[in-house]
Amino acid sequence: MRIELRRVTKRVGAITHIKETSLTFEAGHFNVLLGETGAGKTSLIKLMAGLDPCASGSVLMDDEEVTNVSPQRRNISLVHQFFVNYPHMSVFDNIASPLRIAGMASSEIDERVAEAAKLLQITPMLNRRPQELSGGQQQRTALARAIAKESRAVFLDEPLANLDYKLREELRDQLPEMLAGRGAVVVYATSEPEEALLLGGRTALMHDGGVAQFGPTAQVYRNPDNLIAAKAFSDPPMNVAEIEKRGTSAHLGDVIWDLAADAADLSDGRYTVAIRPNNVLPYRTEKATVSLTGTVQVTELSGSESSARFALGDISWVSLAHGVHPYEVGEPHEFFMDPSRCRYFATDGNLVA
Amino acid sequence: MKSANQRAWLFVLPVLVLVAFNALIPIMTVVNYSVQETFGDNLFFWQGLDWFQQILRSDRFHAALGRQFLFTGLILAIEIPLGIVIALSMPKRGFWVPVCLVTMALPMLIPWNVVGSMWNIFTLPDIGLLGYFLNHTLGVPYDMTQSPVAAWITIVVMDVWHWTSLVVLLCYAGLMSIPDAYYQAAKIDGASNWAVFRYIQLPKMKTVLTIAILLRFMDSFNIYTEPFTLTGGGPGNSTTLLSIDLVKIALGQFDLGPAAAMSLIYFAITLLVSWVFYTLMTKDDTN
Repeated sequence: MRIELRRVTKRVGAITHIKETSLTFEAGHFNVLLGETGAGKTSLIKLMAGLDPCASGSVLMDDEEVTNVSPQRRNISLVHQFFVNYPHMSVFDNIASPLRIAGMASSEIDERVAEAAKLLQITPMLNRRPQELSGGQQQRTALARAIAKESRAVFLDEPLANLDYKLREELRDQLPEMLAGRGAVVVYATSEPEEALLLGGRTALMHDGGVAQFGPTAQVYRNPDNLIAAKAFSDPPMNVAEIEKRGTSAHLGDVIWDLAADAADLSDGRYTVAIRPNNVLPYRTEKATVSLTGTVQVTELSGSESSARFALGDISWVSLAHGVHPYEVGEPHEFFMDPSRCRYFATDGNLVA
Repeated sequence: MKSANQRAWLFVLPVLVLVAFNALIPIMTVVNYSVQETFGDNLFFWQGLDWFQQILRSDRFHAALGRQFLFTGLILAIEIPLGIVIALSMPKRGFWVPVCLVTMALPMLIPWNVVGSMWNIFTLPDIGLLGYFLNHTLGVPYDMTQSPVAAWITIVVMDVWHWTSLVVLLCYAGLMSIPDAYYQAAKIDGASNWAVFRYIQLPKMKTVLTIAILLRFMDSFNIYTEPFTLTGGGPGNSTTLLSIDLVKIALGQFDLGPAAAMSLIYFAITLLVSWVFYTLMTKDDTN
C-alpha cells in the first residue's frame, strides 16, 4: 500500500492550512508526522482521509486517484486524540460497527473482533460499554476498531496524548508490533520529538503548514536539511547562535573553535550554528573541548538527567547531560561542547555543513 | 471534633429557616386544611381522610385528571420530537446561529397571561387574524368558544408555540457538545444519517432530553395561566385542566378542605411521575 500526495494544498477562506506539499507514505514501516500544535499534522491527515477537500493537488492510493473519493470508500481508519467510541454500544459492537456497515458475514465479524480484541488485550471487556472502561482501554477499543477493519491506511492523530505516562509508554511500545505486517500505511502524528525517535520508521517534519524534511527518522534527526527541521526535531530546544567564520575557525563572541574539514571550506562570513543540548556538557571529554562559561539561570533534575539554562553572550543556552550534576543558580559554570557535532546553516536556513 | 459538628448546624440554619418559610410551612397549612372542615371565624372540625376519599372517588376529578394527562401527553408527543428535529436542522456555526437562537428564545420571554390573551385574540373567528382567515376566507368553521375540538387544538398549538423552543435550546446545547471527532469517525465508517442520529446524537443528547422532558412534564402538568386566559376551561368543561379545576373548587366554591386534599393528590401525582421517569432514564447509567 502507498499513499501519495501530489502538490496538495488546503485553504479555509483566506487562511492556508497546508502549503503545497508532495509526500509519499508507504506500508511496511511507521510514518511519523512530527510538528508542534498548529503545524498542520491533523490537516494533512484529514486530506489523506478525505474528511476535508484539497484546494488543489491530488491524493493517490496505490496509483489510484482518490482526491474526490469519500472517506468510507477510501477504506481507511482514523484514531483520534480523544477516545471516540459509540457511547451506547458494547465494546464488541463498537469494534464490529464498521464491519457491519460494510455488510460482512457475522461469523467473520466474530472472528475479526476476537482477533483484534486479543491483540489489544481487551477480550474481557467486550461486553462492557466504553464509559465503564479506563482511558487506556477506551483508546484500545478505538485502536481495535481500526485494526479489525483491515483498512488500507491507519491514521493515528496523537493517539496517546490523553493517556497517562505509564499507559502511553506501554501502548507506544506495542503499537508498531500490532500494526506491522498488515499491509496498511500507518501514519502517526505526534508533537513529541522523543516519540518520533522511539517509533522509528520515517519522519515527516511539519512546520507552519509545510513539510520541512522527510526521511528515515534517525537520519532526519542527525542530519537536518535546514534550520527549521533542526529546531523542530529537538526537545529541549536546540541552541542556535550566529557565528562569524574566519579562515578555519568559528567565532561566537569570545568563544572560538576550529572548524572540521567540510565547514572549513566554506567562504568566510556569517553563519548560523545549531548545537544540541546534549552536546553541551558540564564536564570536559575527549571530544567536548570547547569551553563555554555562563551564568546558570535555571536548573532541572529529572531522575537520570540534569538540564541547565545558562546565559552566555546574548543567548540563553540549554545543556542536557546524563547523571546528576550540581549547579548553583546565579553562579558561573563551565560547559563543554564538541564542535564536530555542530551543524552550520547559511543565512537562508539551509544546511551547509 | 464534636464541637465542629455542632457548629455545622449553625451554618445550615439560615437555609432551614428559609426552606421552612417558603416550602414547609405553606405545605403544612395545606395539609392542615385537607384534614379539617373550615368555617368562618376560624372554626375547624376534624374530618380525617374524608376529603381525600371524596376527591379520589369524584368523577369530576377523574375527568380533569384524564384531560390533564391527555394535554401533557399531546404536548410532549409533539414538542419533544419537533424540538429535536429543529435542533438538528439549526446551523452549527456562522452568522445565522445567534439569529436562530434569539428567534427561538422569543416566545419563552413573553409572560404567560400575555401568551393566553394573544392566542385568544389571534383565533377569535370575527376579529382574529387566524380565526377570520379560517372561517371567512377558507370557510373552515373554527371557534374555540363553541367547539371543544377547536379549543383543544388551540391550547395545544399555543403550548407548542410557547415551549418547543425550550426543548430546541436544550437539545441544541447537547448537540453542540459532541466533538467533531465523532462525526468524522462516523463518516469514515460510512454510517448513515440515521445511524449518526441513533448511535451518536441521541445517546449524547440523553441527559439534556431527560431534563427537557421532566421540565415540560412538570410545567405542562401544572399549567394554569395560559388555558385560563385563553378558554377559561371551556367550552363547558372541555379544557378544564387539573389546576383550573382546583382553583374553581378553592376560590370559586371556597371548599378549602377538598381543594387542599386535591392539591396534595395533584402534587403527589406530579412527584410520582417525575420520580418514576427520572429513575427509569438514569437506571442505565448507574448500573
